Amino acid sequence: MSLMIVDNLGKAYRTYKTEWHRFGRWLGIPCQPNEEHWVLRHLNFEIQPGEAIGIVGQNGAGKSTLLKMITGTLQPTEGSIQVNGRIAAILELGMGFNPELSGRENVFHAAGLMGFSTRQIQKAMPDVEAFAEIGEYFDQPVRTYSSGMQMRVAFAVATAYRPEILIVDEALSVGDSYFQHKSFNRIREFQEQGTTLMIVSHDRSAIQSLCDRAILLEQGRILKDGSPEEIFDFYNALIAEKEKSTIEIKKLESGRVRTISGTGEAKIKDINLFNEKREKADFVEVGESVFIKANVVINANIGTLVFGYSIKDKHGQIMYGTNTWHTKQIVKNPRKGDEYTFLVSFPANLGPGTYSVQTALVDSQTHLTSNYEWQDLALVFDVVNSNQTYFDGSCWIEPSIRVEKA
Amino acid sequence: MSDMLKGLWAYRGFVLSSIKNEFVTRFARSKLGGFWMILQPLAQVLIYALILSAVLSAKLPGIDSQYAYAIYLTAGFLGWMLFSEIINRCLNLFIEQGNLMKKMKFPKITLPTIVVGSALLNNVMLLLAILGVFAVLGHFPTLQILWLPVLTLAMVSLALGLGLVLGILNVFIRDIGQAVPILLQVAFWFTPIVYPINIIPERLQQLLVLNPIYPIIRGYHDVLVFGQAPHLGQVILIMTVGFLILAFGLFLFRRASAELVDAL
Repeated sequence: MSLMIVDNLGKAYRTYKTEWHRFGRWLGIPCQPNEEHWVLRHLNFEIQPGEAIGIVGQNGAGKSTLLKMITGTLQPTEGSIQVNGRIAAILELGMGFNPELSGRENVFHAAGLMGFSTRQIQKAMPDVEAFAEIGEYFDQPVRTYSSGMQMRVAFAVATAYRPEILIVDEALSVGDSYFQHKSFNRIREFQEQGTTLMIVSHDRSAIQSLCDRAILLEQGRILKDGSPEEIFDFYNALIAEKEKSTIEIKKLESGRVRTISGTGEAKIKDINLFNEKREKADFVEVGESVFIKANVVINANIGTLVFGYSIKDKHGQIMYGTNTWHTKQIVKNPRKGDEYTFLVSFPANLGPGTYSVQTALVDSQTHLTSNYEWQDLALVFDVVNSNQTYFDGSCWIEPSIRVEKA
Repeated sequence: MSDMLKGLWAYRGFVLSSIKNEFVTRFARSKLGGFWMILQPLAQVLIYALILSAVLSAKLPGIDSQYAYAIYLTAGFLGWMLFSEIINRCLNLFIEQGNLMKKMKFPKITLPTIVVGSALLNNVMLLLAILGVFAVLGHFPTLQILWLPVLTLAMVSLALGLGLVLGILNVFIRDIGQAVPILLQVAFWFTPIVYPINIIPERLQQLLVLNPIYPIIRGYHDVLVFGQAPHLGQVILIMTVGFLILAFGLFLFRRASAELVDAL
């Protein structure tokens, strides 16, 4: 059984010629709204138990409206949301905190607002206190807290009870990095115990490490529904999109999706990875000296050309990335028909696993001003470990370990 | 309607703790604490009494005490404070709690309930203080005081009904929030609280029939000042009017609920 079914969901904000028409409608007098502004329309998707879904989209795409409707604070104008389970939403931390009350009293209040009875709250209180880790401050008025401490208490109470569905809106970066790890872990624990996650974030790494599915919203519609990696690649291409630019999507043999976008003034003709022996390679050894060779053709006269790349692990997390703007090797005034070769040599100090290379041909520091070509999964290779000591992780940081008896 | 009550019951702990918190935080950092709540209306009564008692005390038949006017004034004030507090709080309730309603899902009916609970608590405190003052002045209320809960119920339903309607409309037309305090002032002076009814011309007294607050205030006078039962017929009539307005307010609240959050 699906945990949530969103069926033809739509939300419109209505404006009336005068507000009296609106009041008239409540009383059953037929009054036509002057204007209907649809922020979301025709959304259809289902969520299965245990899934973790990232909602991605530009500002104003309708992400928050969608979450508010799922949470239940906003009513859909058309369609329906059917939910089987308790939803907890962290749309804003520290809602309704009263600065004059102590942390404990505010926890009581906030948990009450979430719908818990006095007894349930009393039972959870020691956990909340322990999780927030603010010591004696817990019984001091909240106005004496630092903002980080307030966030700690707020997060602790918001996640005091494991819900079937947890909705998080941009609230993952809470407090200092210690507490960020801690809050991240709590969300992971919930997930392991079967909680379904829905996260809105612009933070690619947060979504890619927590989610197994992503939905891209654009102007109130679902533009794409797929793996987080695929969605973010597409999203990146989308935000770089200019009038002339195109987005091309190719399915690779492995089933992963390559997204190529851009305006096309410069293009990568071919790109390959070479091993120590200067042979083309799909597999490289941990620590091997390798290089990437990219041949670029210029299709129009342009002012500057910058080549950028990044190496990503199988979750799409960037291992390393830079470009020739940062290395001060900008190509000036390339002419139509020119060809350039970029040779990138580096030691493959990576852990065993599959990696991909994403490339960018742009005019300066980022791909946001002018994006000639952007390729995700331009190249895929594997790192194997047959020569080095066994290790975990995606970085090869070779240690020398000394054991001494005291 | 029944799901409103169900939601309210499920959130009873929240409602009670909110009322308590409101009470505690209002005076959290003041030395006199809760006393301010009583001192403010009493000071107001004292000012009126000092200025007007010489003029008006002779006009109060049916009670002999040199403090007759002060007692009359205080009794009316008790009722008026309840009415105006509920109206004033409801008026901006949804606007003030807008962010909360947008970000958290909870029964919205808890918000006006908290207002009523908190106003009732204040009113009881004020009543106790007033009874204390009366005792000092040598005026002791009779058993008729047991009518007060009935009068309070009538006042609350009237005030809450009006407050809900005004509070909802104020979200969409903000002029209402500006106009209501003025109208409240007018209503205050159109109700015989500061003055006894017999000082206004007979012709104008007829007009007071249109004032729904007057019969209740009169009930307060009957019970607290004259030690007699209120005019039952009038109280029942006003209670019916109050319930009708409250029912309309709740109906509007239900219909407007969805758009309320949209407009905030």
